[in-house]
Order: sequence, then structure tokens, then C-alpha cells
Amino acid sequence: MSNKMHIKLTVNGEEQEFLAEPRELLIHTLRERLDITGPHIGCETTHCGACTVTLNGKSVKSCTVFVAQANGADITTIEGIGDPDNLHALQTSFKEHHGLQCGFCTPGMITRAAKFLEENPNPTEEDVRFGMAGNLCRCTGYQNIVKAIFATADELNAAKEAAE
Amino acid sequence: MKDEITREDRVDALGGMGCKRKRVEDARFTQGKGNYVDDIKLPGMLFGDFVRSPYAHARITSINKEAALAIDGVVAVLTAEDLAPLGLHWMPTLAGDKQMVLADGKVLFQGQEVAFIVAKDRYVAADAVEVLDVQYEELPVITDPYEALQSDVVLREDLDTNVPGAHGPRKHHNHIFTWEVGDEPATNQVMDDAEVVAEESMYYHRTHPCPLETCGSVASMDKVNGKLTLWGTFQAPHVVRTVASMLSGIEEHNIRVVSPDIGGGFGNKVGVYPGYICSIVASIVTGKPVKWVEDRMENLMSTAFARDYWMKGKISATKDGKITGLHCHVTADHGAFDACADPTKFPAGFMNICTGSYDIPVAYLGVDGVYTNKAPGGVSYRCSFRVTEAVYFIERMIEVLAIKLNMDSAELRRINFIRKDQFPYKAALGWEYDSGDYHTAWDQALKAVDYDGLRAEQAQRVEDFKAGKTRKLMGVGLSFFTEIVGAGPVKNCDILGMGMFDSCEIRIHPTGSAIARLGTISQGQGHATTFAQILATEIGLPADSITIEEGDTDTAPYGLGTYGSRSTPVAGAATALAGRKIRAKAQMIAAYLLEVHDSDVEFDVDRFTVKGAPEKFKTMKEIAYAAYNQAIPGLEPGLEAVSYYDPPNMTYPFGAYVCVMDVDVDTGVTDIRRFYALDDCGTRINPMIIDGQIHGGLTEALAVALGQEIAYDKQGNVKTGTLMDFFLPTAWEVPNYETDFTVTPSPHHPIGAKGVGESPHVGGVPCFSNAVNDAFRSFGLTHTDMPHDHWRIWKTANALGLHD
Repeated sequence: MSNKMHIKLTVNGEEQEFLAEPRELLIHTLRERLDITGPHIGCETTHCGACTVTLNGKSVKSCTVFVAQANGADITTIEGIGDPDNLHALQTSFKEHHGLQCGFCTPGMITRAAKFLEENPNPTEEDVRFGMAGNLCRCTGYQNIVKAIFATADELNAAKEAAE
Repeated sequence: MKDEITREDRVDALGGMGCKRKRVEDARFTQGKGNYVDDIKLPGMLFGDFVRSPYAHARITSINKEAALAIDGVVAVLTAEDLAPLGLHWMPTLAGDKQMVLADGKVLFQGQEVAFIVAKDRYVAADAVEVLDVQYEELPVITDPYEALQSDVVLREDLDTNVPGAHGPRKHHNHIFTWEVGDEPATNQVMDDAEVVAEESMYYHRTHPCPLETCGSVASMDKVNGKLTLWGTFQAPHVVRTVASMLSGIEEHNIRVVSPDIGGGFGNKVGVYPGYICSIVASIVTGKPVKWVEDRMENLMSTAFARDYWMKGKISATKDGKITGLHCHVTADHGAFDACADPTKFPAGFMNICTGSYDIPVAYLGVDGVYTNKAPGGVSYRCSFRVTEAVYFIERMIEVLAIKLNMDSAELRRINFIRKDQFPYKAALGWEYDSGDYHTAWDQALKAVDYDGLRAEQAQRVEDFKAGKTRKLMGVGLSFFTEIVGAGPVKNCDILGMGMFDSCEIRIHPTGSAIARLGTISQGQGHATTFAQILATEIGLPADSITIEEGDTDTAPYGLGTYGSRSTPVAGAATALAGRKIRAKAQMIAAYLLEVHDSDVEFDVDRFTVKGAPEKFKTMKEIAYAAYNQAIPGLEPGLEAVSYYDPPNMTYPFGAYVCVMDVDVDTGVTDIRRFYALDDCGTRINPMIIDGQIHGGLTEALAVALGQEIAYDKQGNVKTGTLMDFFLPTAWEVPNYETDFTVTPSPHHPIGAKGVGESPHVGGVPCFSNAVNDAFRSFGLTHTDMPHDHWRIWKTANALGLHD
């Protein structure tokens, strides 16, 4: 097929420009075209959240977004959340609290949690469980994920207070 | 100020067994740097996709490839006809049956693989899947195993009923096997003579392990060197290599199988699937690497399901509640092909652990396996082989008997537990339980939850309900389970003829670090963390200095893989024993360096010391260096060891669970107020990881008990093919669990560990189910089947007249 579109994206701060069929799904753009394999495919129906990215400031499941819809967007994946020398507090906290096992949901989970804590820096347990309900985990039973998110909220708030 | 390094400091520095070591796997997973099958990308790689049957039972009248091949980018379309000359259109299953790789003349379940499209990318492959022209002639569909055993419709035309199957004679053309254990006449006699007999029929519904990562493989045939490399979602990579060699005729040394990071398995990734075979064939045919990754719908429709057991039970007792006998018959729906993943001699797995944790003198188990027009399988979903079915069965039968006796079921359990002094305990259905202290665990659990207080609260709730003050009932779910894991002794247990041992190979490097390779493969259990802890304690080098590697058959020693909670019981034992071989040689090196006889030195945490003179010592780090840098009389250079471990027996972890649940009779909504889990997995290697395993296993138990189901309609259509319909709990539905433990080491395991990953699922399912059933006990309910979704609970309440 030759009905390709001219697409421009900013992914993790880097500009990307290419031709793509409009039907190409954003998750495939990331994983196969740009070799950004942190976001995973778990269901292709928007249920599991393994493909979660931040798109123009919102948590989005990239398995059901056409790249055409994302044209011009600013996208952050797990690869843009932190790096080995400068980890996001959630990346440290998930390890500290054993908030992951097989690791398949983890990139989406942390990407969502980072956005969630921006949306709600002082959540209750109910808030966390509801706010994270779009991301499925088969291994942990969520208990340690919730714990890790709370610990991060405290840490980020303390850091904010110290900075003020 | 502390200036002396104490022995405790040295122990802590190792990060050995018993400490809550943080996981070494997490750095890559939290940064998106895991390497799962679908992350593998090779130059020139093609993508394979299946055309699947829309019908549950139909004859294929024609396949026309023209339109599919006409699409630009489609490289090949493979059908059974193309695979037949290679003898690859059928493959053996792990259960001694055979299965079509691609439909050979007919299809037997919805979603069955009919043709394999190979194309330049997944979009083009999907386009070709849409247009491939397959014509079908529909045949009568059977989805009920009882109907299958009566029907004239022959599902498996490839089999001759007069020829015995892998597990003996077949009684009917849709019958697979009969498996019997125990003494049926004696059991029937006990039932006839009994003061009290309780009977119940229960259906343990079909479900699916549904790991978040689906199954997939990448095959790359190097025609120049004749070498095939196969990456895949394999819980048993070495077995896959052997099977691939047997099927393809490629010599085993020319096949390298790699399990990279695996996104959860839970039993789904034990079997061999048509996709794996087709990716291999396609790579051989095209000369290019071929990737196949199923989507979620394909995963739920075609790769191995779990359960689907129709169980009929009878339990007899004295008036005082002492159990005298147990009778169990199962009609097991295996779907279109018997693709169970059980040890060869156990066609119903270890279902014969169904006498549970109780001292039952006489018992009988009979299982009939049956073909239907449903997906093939029968894998063990987060449990040792069919143990979840067994424990659900006995834990429901105990509740049913308690109702019949008008007795408290906690007390009924207590008076029937196998006593501590009876271990090792030989059960009526053959197993020898290694160790246990059930009464202590039970008392600790009931005390922790204030059991009497809960019952008093429940009684008050019933009064309030009857008085119209509330519409919520309260259920107290109990379960006490004994798992049987760690398959297994080679004399009993094999898969496709391969004995179920496991292995570990250790190399100590000159500077005192090490690599250990095992025959198992982690799918999230954290082996790289915990096996290093075992070794740290055994060989006295820090866990942080030990790399654990699994899953590459070119480098790892042969092993049977990770399922049935066998990694710690079998490979963990191999690791400890290989470590002890290292230590034995290190002892001789130390003695030489210290200029004493080797019986005059002793191991102490991280060093060998001269007996009686602890100030004279050589650390393991020094010994490692000496092994490589100097000639030691009578010893070969180097410091390496390998151990293949054939366990003398299974291990028998156990536990006591209590669930407190509110049930809204008008909406059917359940609210888990409390869940207490006491687990005894013997020696505890890493308490943090144990708790994580328990949280996860309980959540999968919650899913199965409260809604997760693979359901079919009469035409054999899968009604639960996406995560919209197939229940995976979210953070919103899951409670916080309270974990607790006792420690009863396994007497035959080198470090006393028993395995834990599957216990919470095995014990959890009946606990949740018992809570729902218990909520209605005061209103005359004896038993209601899982899954207890809101609709079924509402129906139960309605049938009991609670909406009147």
C-alpha cells in the first residue's frame, strides 16, 4: 500500500519523522520502527495497560492509538522516565518494595504511576487502586505495587517540601 | 565505634539464605530493558500469523492460497499439505497423544490452526489472513464430555478405538483414558458401613493461565552451518530442544533453544504449540528468521487451558466426624487433543493427592479423560499437576461433610489432620508426605483471625439479615492445603521419556566471583536473586558476586524446566549440592595453603579455618585465586562443579488460609474484608520473594474462584476470548493480604526448602469458594459451583428464596 502519511513525533525528547500507513498502531511504531521496546503488548484491546505511554500529558494505551492520531504528539515511554544514572523515584521504589516479578507489566505500570502521582500527589489507597486499575499485573497481586506508589508519593512530597 | 568485623557482619555481607535480598532482575525491568521474545529483531526477519478455524467441528473442503499469495509482501502460505512431506503436520503432545500442527482435513475446535502465513511484517500477514479462502463443511459439535461419551459422532477419526491409547484401553471413540488409584471395593465397603456419608458433585470450570505476555517464538535457520536457533516463551527450553530435534531430524547439537525473559507463565508456556513448529518450518523454507507471536484472543482460544474437571465425591465418617473413606470420580474434558502437561505416568497429574491433609484410611480415585470440540490442553495453572483440582475437591468435601454432621468445619479439619508424629505419612492413594505440622499451623491461623469471634459476628449477621437490618451476608472461608511439588523422582516422573531431574553447573572465577547455570527458567520467580542466595550460603562468596544464568540450551546443563513449583525443590537442591562439591575441593585447597590435613579445616561462613585456631584461615576468595594461580599437589586446577539432582521424593508444602467476605444478596457483589494466609514452605530462602509469590498466587486464586472462566456456547464458540470477558482482577478488586508462616523443613531436601509459588493458588481457590458457600450455609446451601461471579451469586441467593 502506498497511502503513507508524513508523521512527526517527539518521543522521549527526540524528534522523529517518517512515513507510515495511517493504520499503523502507535505501539508498533514505538516497538518496531523506533526500537523502543519498553512498552509491551499484552492484549491489543486497551485492557491490560502494558503498552501505556504518556501522550501530550495523558496516560494512553498505545495499542489502540493509530500513529496517524498521534501525529505531532509529545510522547514519553518508560525509556524517557529515568535513566541508569538518574532513576525516577518509582523505578527505585518498585525494586525496593518488590513491586514487580516477571516485569512485563512494569514499564506500563511505572509510566502510569508517574503520571498518576502528577495528577494526584497525595492519594488515598482507594485513589491509587482506582487510578491504577487500567494496568493489569498477573504476578504481584498489586499489594507491593500499591506500597511502592505510596512510598514514592511520600518521597516526592518530602523532596518537594525540602525544595520549598 | 566498631572496628572489628564480626561473624554476623560476614554472614550479612554474603546476602545468603533467609535475607530479604532485593532482586537483581529489577534494574532492567523497571527501565524497560527486559528482553522478551517479541523484543527480538533479526535482520531480514519475517512474521508469521495463523488463519484459524471459525468452527468448532468442520471438514475442510478446500484451501485456495491464490488471493493471499497475491498480496505484496506475502512470502509463503503453509498448510498441512505442505507440512506432510516433512512429517510435521502432526506433532506429539506431552500427554502421549498427537495434535495437528495445521488442520489435516478437519478442524476440531474454534481457533484451531488451519494455515500459517509468512509475510514481511505483521500487517501484511494480517491482510493475508483476512483473504485466505478456506471452505468448510460443518459437523456436529460436542462441548459436553458426558454427551461425548454417548455420542455416535467421532471426533478423532485418526484414532482406532480398538488400539489402546497412551494410558491404556479406550472405552469409546471419544474416550481417552481411564486412570484408577486406590482400592475401590474397600472404599465402597467403608461407605456402605459408614454412620454418615456425604455426597457432592462439583464442576471445576475451564479457565486459562493467561500470562500477560502471550506465547511466541523466533526461529532462525542458518543453512550454511546447519544450525537452528529458536527463541521462545518456553518454561522447559531443554525439552523443547529435544522435541524440536526429534520432529525436525536436525541433530540436537545443531539446535539452540533460548528462553529469554518470560512475561509470566503459570503453566501456559510448558507445552509445545503449533506456532513454534510453524516458525521453525517457515524459517527452514524461507531461509530467513521467522517470528510468531500470538495475540490475546489466540492465546485464550488455542493455547493450553486449565481445569475442566467434573468431579463426583463421596466422603464417609463416624457420627463424631472421624473420616473413614473417600471416593472420587472425575470426568476430565481435555478438548480436541490430549495436550496435558503431566508426567507420563500420571494422565490426571497428581489428582491422587485428593485425600488432602487428612488421615483417611481408605480411598479411591477414578478419572476418565474425554475428547470434546474445545481447545486442547489441561495444563497446571499455577499449581503442581492437577493439585488445584484435588485440593478444591477435598476442601469442598470437608465443608459438605461438616454440614451433614452439623459440625464446625474448622473442628472437623482438626480432628482429621495427619498428626505430626505420623510423618513421613503414607497416604491411601500412594504418596508419602515428607513432613508437616498441621495442627500447629491451624491453631496459629485460627488464633490470628479470632475464629470464634468471626463465627459470633457471622451469627449476629444472620440474625440481622433475618430481621431485615442488612442485605449483606458474611462468609468465613477456610482451607487447609497440602501441595505436592518438586517433580520428581526420575523413577516415577518423566516428560516424553526425559526423567524429571534438574541441574546446576558452577564456575568460580579466579577473583572470587562466580557464574552458575541451571536447567530451569525464571518467569518472574526471581531465580537470579534466590539461587545466588543459596549459593552464597553454600560457598561463602557474596550473592552479589554470583551470576545466575538460565534458559540457553547451548550453555545451561540439561534440565526439565520451571513449573509445578519444581525449581527450588529440584534445581535448588542441585545448586546446593553443586555448591557443596565446590566447597569440598575448596577444603582441600585451604588445607594445602594452611599446611594442615584437610580434616583439620572447617567451613565458616566465607572461609575455611583451622579447627581450634580460627585466626588461621583462608577466605573463599583466596581459595578461588589459589585454584587458578598455583599448582596444588593431587588436585586439578580450576574450581568448577556440576550436579544433576534426582529428588528422592516430592516435597509437600502446606498452609492454612482464612477469608472473611461480605456477600450482597441483591447484587451478588462480594467484598473481601480480610484474607489471612499462613504458608509453610520449609526453609525460607527470601521472605520478600515468598510474600510476593503468595500475593500473586492468591490473586490468581481470587480470579479463578470469583469469575475467571473459558466458556463455550453449544456451537463451540469461545465466549470469553478477550480481556473484556475473561476476568483478570485489577488493583481495584484485590484486597491486601496478611501473610504468616511456620517452618517445617523437608527432611530429604539438601536445604529443607519445599517450594512456594503455587501454594497460594492451590489453597486460595477453595478458600475464596468456601467463603461464598459459607455465607449461604445458614440458609440451606450445601454447594454451589465456581466461578462465583455476581450473576451466579445472585442466582444462588434467588434460588434460596432470599429475594422473596
